[in-house]
Amino acid sequence: MSADGQGRSHWFDDEAGPVVRPYAMTRGRTTSAAQHRLDLIAVVVTEPHADDPEDDPTLSPEHVDIVELCRDTSQTVAELSAELDLPIGVVRVLVGDLVESELVHVNRPVPPAELPDESILRDVINGLRAL
Amino acid sequence: MIFGRSERGKPPVEPVTLKILVAGGFGVGKTTLVGAVSEIRPLRTEELLTEAGRPVDDTSGVEAKNTTTVAMDFGRITLREDLVLYLFGTPGQERFWFMWDELSEGALGAVVLADTRRLEDCFAAIDYFERRAIPFLVGVNCFEGAARYPADDVRRALDLDDHVPLLMCDARDRESVKETLIGVVQHAMAQAAQRRQTVTT
Repeated sequence: MSADGQGRSHWFDDEAGPVVRPYAMTRGRTTSAAQHRLDLIAVVVTEPHADDPEDDPTLSPEHVDIVELCRDTSQTVAELSAELDLPIGVVRVLVGDLVESELVHVNRPVPPAELPDESILRDVINGLRAL
Repeated sequence: MIFGRSERGKPPVEPVTLKILVAGGFGVGKTTLVGAVSEIRPLRTEELLTEAGRPVDDTSGVEAKNTTTVAMDFGRITLREDLVLYLFGTPGQERFWFMWDELSEGALGAVVLADTRRLEDCFAAIDYFERRAIPFLVGVNCFEGAARYPADDVRRALDLDDHVPLLMCDARDRESVKETLIGVVQHAMAQAAQRRQTVTT
């Protein structure tokens, strides 16, 4: 982080926390109206028609980042949070916005009640063995 | 009509995602275990908490309250292009229980890592998964320098139900961790089969 040398001279550093309060990016919202709470392993996929999100004035830079990150490889909510260094709650709200504006869609993980699908579990075991 | 970037390349694969939790006391090797099998260096995800904000989700509360950060480390194993397993290390502190609720929702199962030098550290996790009928097994992380105890002794000390598997493992060793995870999935399968049986009879 110190490669440019300039960042160091500032009075703030990572210890001071983010310069912009995280929930400022969501305009103070902690939930998204459109979305039931997204699981950490819900998969976010950019819609093929979401071409130039940076041209959309309603989107924040963080929204644009998410659209770009999920374009070639789908990403889970947890991965987006780690990649963008944003709290999970913030990512949830931002993804909710993008779903609403149909720039991304979300695949929810297999619901718990349906989990004991033996064939999937067997695939997991075989996959682990083959690692 | 302008065709943009959507025309290049195939749409991304949308995999089925599953998660296994790794629980246990502070410093027992949760992140080490995740790192031993993960294809990526364990990533860290964080959530901010506010005392008032959580149950109410009232936006006006967020700025004023003191915030705490809960961090979770996680790793990823791509089993197939369309089947990806995530491993989440649960936050160690017990005051973050609600985070566990969120993590355990839809989880395939859990590993409770135990250190024989401080077994009591994992009581809370065992209790948690037992109550919620989440399939779990206990992995005794065999630290160098720690005395080895027979599995039965550890089992008794933990007051573990008979059906809960307990195995010795080394959180640094990829093969050992693989076996542990396979054990979790097998146990989850057995538990599911048993549940189906009780429903039908």
